[in-house]
Amino acid sequence: MLRKLFKFHGGVKPATHKDAATASPIVTPPLPARLKVPLHQSIGGTPRPLVKAGDKVLKGQRIGGADGNVSSAVHAPTSGTVLAVEPVVTAHASGLSTLSVIIEPDGEERWIERQPIDLRATPADEIRDYLRDQGVVGLGGAVFPSHLKLKASREKPTRTLVINGAECEPFITCDDMLMRERAAGIVSGIRVMRQILGAEEVIVGIEDNKPAAVDAMTLAVQTAGLDQVSVVAIPTRYPAGGAKQLIRVLTGIEVPHGARSTDYGVQCFNVGTAYAIHEALELDQPLISRIVTVAGNVGQPRNYEVLFGTPMNELVALAGELPGTDAYIMGGPMMGFRMPAFDVPVVKATNCVLVSSPSLFPPPPPEMNCIRCGECAKACPADLQPFELYWFSRAKNFGKAQEYHLFDCIECGCCSYVCPSHIRLVDYYRFAKSEIWARERDKDAADAARERFDFRNLRQEREKQEKAARLAAKAAETRAKLAGESGDDDKTTSSAKPSQAEEAKKALIAAALEKARQQKERAPVPPRNTDNLSADKQAEIDAIEARRAAARQEAE
Amino acid sequence: MLSALLVMTGIALVLGAALGFAAIHFKVEGDPLVEKIDSILPQTQCGQCGFPGCRPYADAIAQGEADINQCPPGGDEGVRKLADLLGREYKPLNEEHGVEKPKSVAFIDEQTCIGCTLCIQACPVDAIVGAAKQMHTIVASECTGCELCLAPCPVDCISMEPIAETVENWKWRYPVIEIKRAA
Amino acid sequence: MNTSPYLRKTTAVNSVMLRVLIALLPAICAYAWQFGAAILVQLAISTATALFAEAAMLAARGKPARLYLTDLSAVVTAWLIALSFSPITPWWLMVTATLVAIVIAKHLYGGLGQNPFNPAMVAFCTMIVAFPALMSQWPGAGQLDFHTQLELILGGARQLDAITAATPLDALRTGLREGGADVTVPGLMAGPAFGALGGAGWEWIALGYLIGGLFLLQQRIITWHMPAAFLLALAATALLMWGMRPDRFGSPIFHLASGGTMLAAFFIVTDPVSGATTPKGKLIFAAAIGALTYVIRSFGAYPDGIAFAVLLLNICVPLIDMQTQPPVFGHKRD
Ligand code: SF4
Ligand code: SF4
Ligand code: SF4
Repeated sequence: MLRKLFKFHGGVKPATHKDAATASPIVTPPLPARLKVPLHQSIGGTPRPLVKAGDKVLKGQRIGGADGNVSSAVHAPTSGTVLAVEPVVTAHASGLSTLSVIIEPDGEERWIERQPIDLRATPADEIRDYLRDQGVVGLGGAVFPSHLKLKASREKPTRTLVINGAECEPFITCDDMLMRERAAGIVSGIRVMRQILGAEEVIVGIEDNKPAAVDAMTLAVQTAGLDQVSVVAIPTRYPAGGAKQLIRVLTGIEVPHGARSTDYGVQCFNVGTAYAIHEALELDQPLISRIVTVAGNVGQPRNYEVLFGTPMNELVALAGELPGTDAYIMGGPMMGFRMPAFDVPVVKATNCVLVSSPSLFPPPPPEMNCIRCGECAKACPADLQPFELYWFSRAKNFGKAQEYHLFDCIECGCCSYVCPSHIRLVDYYRFAKSEIWARERDKDAADAARERFDFRNLRQEREKQEKAARLAAKAAETRAKLAGESGDDDKTTSSAKPSQAEEAKKALIAAALEKARQQKERAPVPPRNTDNLSADKQAEIDAIEARRAAARQEAE
Repeated sequence: MLSALLVMTGIALVLGAALGFAAIHFKVEGDPLVEKIDSILPQTQCGQCGFPGCRPYADAIAQGEADINQCPPGGDEGVRKLADLLGREYKPLNEEHGVEKPKSVAFIDEQTCIGCTLCIQACPVDAIVGAAKQMHTIVASECTGCELCLAPCPVDCISMEPIAETVENWKWRYPVIEIKRAA
Repeated sequence: MNTSPYLRKTTAVNSVMLRVLIALLPAICAYAWQFGAAILVQLAISTATALFAEAAMLAARGKPARLYLTDLSAVVTAWLIALSFSPITPWWLMVTATLVAIVIAKHLYGGLGQNPFNPAMVAFCTMIVAFPALMSQWPGAGQLDFHTQLELILGGARQLDAITAATPLDALRTGLREGGADVTVPGLMAGPAFGALGGAGWEWIALGYLIGGLFLLQQRIITWHMPAAFLLALAATALLMWGMRPDRFGSPIFHLASGGTMLAAFFIVTDPVSGATTPKGKLIFAAAIGALTYVIRSFGAYPDGIAFAVLLLNICVPLIDMQTQPPVFGHKRD
């Protein structure tokens, strides 16, 4: 069947380097000695740890519970003993550590009890919760929790479900191999998703440089007898595998930044996610492993089915790491990130471990000035004017950058790829974006603080007034009493009392501020506020001081 | 001569009417300048500027009673923004009011706290919870790091902890433009 | 730190500039063939000056000299200056012009990529304002032998009026202005300074530029927008006037084939640094230059209007760009 395909603007065609890793089938590496499973592996809240050091865990047991709805659970990839729950350097460009569960496998691979849910009898809401607790997230690299995406928009029915098998980044072949070897499972997952979303049609988009995957998927769809699903080969052009670009190519719909694609009647999932959904719902296997391509500076590029938490260097060793390696890149050469260490764990976002060497990816030539040649604008799939964004980001003119749609940039790297001045444009956008986010966080915090401060002042004011009212009432009472006895001779007391109270309050605040300032001036002297204390408070303080002295002595 | 005078008068009248109309029609409620200044200030509410909060300081700046370099939490960037907004000369932070420090939140050593409530009263944003004679604790997400609670604590159990960098709040650095001298 | 993308296309600025230089070669050959080898001397003078000035400015600004010298942008500027000046311009004028372009128009604004004005055109305008007489002396095709040319360049006695003619454009306008009512365009065009289409010899050079321009288009270094808009606008304005008074105004063909029209269309208007960048902006920018060029040529005091038109439009670039930002992905329908 011929389908009308659409085009997206720009794009580039780097050499694909995909053949070597598709020559051999997917294999499962041996169990590593230690698995370091980070809890934070998806967009959203960091899951709470559910185990502690010393616990025995079973394969598939939940070790991190989703924190709120925008979060996703994490599971033990194998059975064994929890050695520690501690921060470990994670697979993130920042090189920072996140809380991780360190598991020593016992080699038995004992599963928890599994019981696939009855999809027909379960309402969609429960299926979604179930997916969250099974830890299913987008495996295309964005790791957005899938249960959140499996929800039709209120305004518009979801007409089209797009399944992303484009895999446009050079070197990466994990989706290709998955489609070749496990097409039936993917199709099964597609059927479930179609059911939950109520989509009329499903289009599987695969770049035309993967004929074997197209054939395998077509066959699986035919075998399953799903006539609403079509498998479509699309022209090979990076970044055709970007969700927005793929939706555009297959349906002609452009989903702007910040909008949910379901509001446009379309939703997009990666083939790996479809397979994970099939496993999670129909086999009751939570997401504990994924297909990872190991490519680049290795003897035998290949795809592995890897348990999360496996150190990358052990994986790369299996593929025959060649000398000269200077770093691992997680993801492809266009959008991947350099890993801070060689032993960072494989996580849900790891579609590829690209072994980099200076000869494979030489350092960029020195950056020159932008000559406004417009090459970047020609290549930008988001129809942006990258050089304008570059000027603004570089000048830290963030307002202007946003006006020129900085946040519509998908960081695909096409602009840096083509720039004849070798400007690392995307770096400037990443910088500007994270700076803008930080400012927004600060601004939100400041607004909240202002509100709380105003509220507190209001409360204090009210309390003051209430107190004044109470005092006035009391005074009136006394006066009434006095009036009964003598003439009205104390007008002064009634008005003086509240103002005295106010004075006292003011003095207190002034004293506090004054103290704060004094304390700053004589910094070395520890701050104290031990004047005018009641006897029992003093006693308590003395006791504490004694405890402290004791503790200090012990320490010494 | 006379016609020239008449024309001039006419123009003056028309322009005056237009201005008057604009003044009434486009009048902005409140004092936008104070709002604008206040939105630049960090809302730490620490009082280091010499005013009992950010808003009073904003008022004072707007009225020309205070200089723009008195807010240490706002730091250098804050002074620059104020200078930009007000069209004044940038000047470095006035050391008398304190120095810029990394953002921190207060932390109560719960073993030592005696539940005296003094810190609760000092906190400008109600970020400390606890009742009399009970251990207090700080809601870190609400703490502005103003340090006002340090001084009143009789047992010295509050300390400031810098906010750690995490994967969530980590920022990409400004790209270094490295042009190696091709010598 | 090394960040993605780790792959890059291998095109660099100098390869772009190199191809621009190559594209200029056919026209230079035609020039040398029609007007003698003086143009080669001029090219040498301006190139040497430009490289020297560039190196000096880079050193003064603490920039890596080799990196920026090899980007060849200074050479492109130098060649454009030499090609837009008369081939018998005295050497000191050529040197001054090149210095103005490199030092003032380029580096004082921040160097490569930062200059708001086209350096070659700045040089042209400055010189024509400062030395109007010297700048308007053009030899006719094949009129002077190389020896005379060299003497003129190196500063011999300048018995100019005797040996030089004005450019065809100039001749046409002054002829019309001074000749009174009985002088007509067809009459003037029959004179020896004019060829079949435009100025004698100039047609061949224009053809050379056209070939070079098509090469640049084929190499995707320039897009069709600017040359097309420029030429169309110039031709359309010319057609309008010529249609009304064929005896008082030159034909569109004459305007396309004369002066610096073809040079401007493919090499000057298309300068990316000082021009508009959005597709729509490019059309507006180039079309405005085309129309303005015609106006200055026909009614102004200078022989050719391109340089002034380009500078005027350079000023408008930020505005044009701002107003013509193309719609962004997903925001197209609002
Ligand atoms: S490709 Fe590079 S040099 Fe060209 S306009 Fe874009 S940023 Fe500037
Ligand atoms: S990285 Fe951003 S600006 Fe650059 S080409 Fe991709 S979408 Fe466009
Ligand atoms: S010094 Fe403290 S109170 Fe004053 S403006 Fe700055 S943050 Fe607000």
